[in-house]
This record gives sequence, C-alpha cells and structure tokens, in this order.
Amino acid sequence: MAEGPAAPTDDRAILAVERLSLSFGGLAALAAVDLRVRAGSITGIIGPNGAGKTSLLNCISGFYRPDRGRVLLDGEDVTRLPADRRAALGIARTFQSVSLFEGMTVLDNVKLGAHVRQRSGVVSSMLRLPWASREELALREEVEREVFDFLEMEHLRRRTVGSLSYGLQKRVDLARALAMRPRVLLLDEPVAGMNEEETEDMARFILDVQEERGITIVLIEHDMGVVMDLCDRVVALSFGEKLAEGTPGEIQKDPEVIRAYLGEAA
Amino acid sequence: MDHFLQLLASGVVTGGIYALVAVGFVIVYKATGIINFATGELMMLGAFFAYTAMTAARAPFALALLVAVVAAGGLGALVERVVLRPLLGQRAISVIMVTIGLSSIFKGVAQMIWSGEYRSFPPIFPRAPLVLGTVILPSRQVWPFAIALAAILLVGLGFRFTRTGTAMRATAGDQQAAFAMGIDIRRVFSLSWSLAAVTAAIAGVVVGTIGGISPQLGAIGLRMFPVVILGGLDSIPGALVGGIAIGVLENMAGGYLDPLLEGGGVKEVVPFVALVAILMIRPYGLFGTREVERL
Repeated sequence: MAEGPAAPTDDRAILAVERLSLSFGGLAALAAVDLRVRAGSITGIIGPNGAGKTSLLNCISGFYRPDRGRVLLDGEDVTRLPADRRAALGIARTFQSVSLFEGMTVLDNVKLGAHVRQRSGVVSSMLRLPWASREELALREEVEREVFDFLEMEHLRRRTVGSLSYGLQKRVDLARALAMRPRVLLLDEPVAGMNEEETEDMARFILDVQEERGITIVLIEHDMGVVMDLCDRVVALSFGEKLAEGTPGEIQKDPEVIRAYLGEAA
Repeated sequence: MDHFLQLLASGVVTGGIYALVAVGFVIVYKATGIINFATGELMMLGAFFAYTAMTAARAPFALALLVAVVAAGGLGALVERVVLRPLLGQRAISVIMVTIGLSSIFKGVAQMIWSGEYRSFPPIFPRAPLVLGTVILPSRQVWPFAIALAAILLVGLGFRFTRTGTAMRATAGDQQAAFAMGIDIRRVFSLSWSLAAVTAAIAGVVVGTIGGISPQLGAIGLRMFPVVILGGLDSIPGALVGGIAIGVLENMAGGYLDPLLEGGGVKEVVPFVALVAILMIRPYGLFGTREVERL
C-alpha cells in the first residue's frame, strides 16, 4: 500500500516520534523511544503500569515537553508547541480518567471541541451573541450530523455530563475529541472500567472512526482483546523503552513481551 | 412594617454592590483556583483612577468610569503576566501569599501617589431620591446599585453566551481538557485577571462615590468574604444572591439589634457570624461546586 515516491520501504508517517526521552527527577519515563504511525492506521501502545505509555501520549499531545527528541506531525516539528496549538493542528485526545466539563450539557461539551476550528478574534467573539451568529448555527448542525448521529447519542444532547453513566461519559469524551475533526486521535485507555457491552460499543465506534473518517488513531489499552481486535500495529513499552513493535500476532508471540508481562505478574 | 421595608430595600441596594466585589473574587477563582486577596486594593486603585480623571482632567463621570475600567483592565493583565504567570504550576497557597503581597504594594503605591488623605468624589448623580411607596432610597445609593447590577449582568451573560466566556468556563471546569481542546489557557488566565480587575474597579468607583476614597478603601475587600463564601467561590449567580443576602442581613441586624445594645456594631459582626455558620453547614456555598471545600 506504499504511496508517495519518497517512502519506498515505509508508508507515510502522519505522526512520528524520534528518540524521545523524558525523565522526572532522574527517573527515566521515556528512553529514546521511536515511533512511526502510518496515516489511517490504528496503533496500540501496551505495557505494564509505569511503562511510560501515558507519558508518551502526553509528549505527543503537548502536555509534557520531552528532554530530548522530536515529535513530528505530518513531517512538521511540533515538539516546542503547547497543547492548544497542537490541538489546532489536528491532534485530539481523550483522557484516562474522564475529564469532561462537569456543569455543562453534553452538547456544550462537544461543541467546545469544535470551537478549536473557529478562527474569529477575541473581541468579535466577545461581542457576538448566539442568536446573531451564523457560524455558531452552522457549527451546531455540523456537530449534530458528524458527531451525535455518528456516535448514536442524539438522546443525550441536553443531559448534563454528571448525570451520565461512566461508559457514556467516555463516549462524550470521544465525541468531543471527534468534534475537533482531528488528523490524529489519541485515546488513553478508552475502554478502561467498562463492562462488556460498553466495551463492545466503544470498540465498534473506534473502528468506525478509523474506517469512515479515515482518522489515524493511537490508543493505550490494557484490554488485550480490544488491542488485538482493533490495532494494525502494536508497540510494547517497558520501563520507558520500546520492547517490541509489530502486528498484534507478532507481539503476542514476542518472547520479550511475554517476559515483561509474566515478570510483572510474578 | 415601613421600617422593615426600608431596611430590606437599603439592604438589597448595598448587597448589589457587595455582589459586584464578590464577582471579582469569583472570576479569578473560577479560572485559576486562586483567591485574590488584592481584590480590595484593585477596587481602591480603580476608584483613584476615576477620581483623578474627574478632578485632574475634569472628565465627566461616565468617561472617568471608562478610564478606570481601561486602566484596571490593563493593570490586571500586567499583574498576571509579570507576577502570576511565572508562578504557574506552583502550589495555590504560594500564589495566594503573593496576592497578599500585591495588596500591600498597591496600598503603598496609592499612598505615595495620592497620599493617605481622605477624599470625596465631586457630586455625580442627580439628587432626586427613588421613592417606592413608603420606602425612600437616596440617589447616591440607587445609582451605584444600578451600575453594579448592570456590570454583574454583563459579566454573567458574557460568561454564558460568548465564545471567550465559554472558553473561560471550560478552563474553570477542567484545565487539562480545555488545553487539549485547543483553548489557550494562558490567555484565559490573563483575561480573567483583567476582567476581575475591571469589576473590582467599577465596584471601587461606586463604593467611592458613596463613602469617599482613601488608600484604606481596599479593606472592604476582606469584608466581602462572607458574601463570596455564602454564594460559592465559583458561581456568579451565587455572588449576586450572596451579596444581596448579606446586605439585607447586615441591614436588618443593624436596624433591629444595634439600638438594643449600648455599643452597637452588630451590623459589622453579623456577616462574619453568618460566615462561620455557612462554613459549618455548607462549606461550598449555596451555588458553589462541592469540591471547592478542599481549600
């Protein structure tokens, strides 16, 4: 499936991480990690607790600044950009513990995701009232069509997020990220704490996002069933280092990976 | 009955002004999780800005108020940029201490520029009092009340219906998520300080027109604590309800209890009795978010 003349052996990487290192007070969270994420793929990041999975995600989304190394979005170096600028460039994320805007409705939460794409100035937006704003209306329609219908949550619009079940809150978190129309979507444990039915729903939505929207997805997950079913590539981390990378089948058989997991269990 | 209505009405009028001061606290708290102990001093500076515009430049009141608003907005943004931005990520208590330091600096600077002397605004509002049945409210209270109420309404609507307001609410709700949604949270902090300084300045001006101004005017800021706590630290409607409730309570206590006691002074004490009671029963206030109690 290689496309583009410049990459004969490797498909175009929409997201690349090069020699990324990060430490907290002498403790290495990431040690020279490399990662190339092919456009349109789903990449899974696995590893025992403390392996550096969330640190890696935070470096990609701009919450952490790495000590060394680079983060490239579609070839462009974004390592020095703060999180809000990366969001504007098309990196969206969800959170391991649900981080929704508590007092607001589901609709308001999702619309906030879409706001990143509106480019009106502070003053004009300060003076603009909702009934006067065509942009706001268009946004509302687009969010309805692209997000609420897509994720089957039309009935949740007016609910405040605090009143939703945990599984639905995670879906709103995904919806909000989707409203940003990202190029790369980072999911931090999207099915953690979910029951079987909620997990199946979420897995189906993630696949839909990739297949129908063509959005590249990087996800951290402990649920190996979900990782094996969804991911095209899997990267295993342990103590901040990349242990192995390959297809789900290869990773399952990788002796290093097996040792890391069994070693932790023992 | 007439006495009661009179006390009630002046209580509401005073409370509206309290509410505006409380809004200044709420804006900064919502955005940054910090209680700004320099709010009173920002009021005082705002009052002096307007006073100077009126006396030195002979500006009409409306223009003087505008001068105070612009100057305070600039000062708020400057303070955020120079003093508070470098402290981003530090523990809340350190930043709160810094705001206490700021309040002393503001007071000292005001003393240097305007001296400690007590001054009065030139007459501003039309003299005719507002008469509602048997209740009579002096114009020098009614106009400030109207200005305060308008300011609170503007801020409240702005928070709810503008994109910037939504960004500010989102940042208040969850800073991390807001950052990931592409909201420039540094700009939100800067705007919050600016807006809080503006509301404080307007409050300072209206308080100054009622009771005169001096560098000590900021002491009122701390007396607003019962209002802020009653309403909830992070709620603008709460500030309005809290302000009016405390205003009425204070006035009733003053009207009915002060005459019974030799020394009087119940009026000043009652809000703090209420403060202690609120903290025991509902530490996050009437409208506040529950987790606010961690401070």
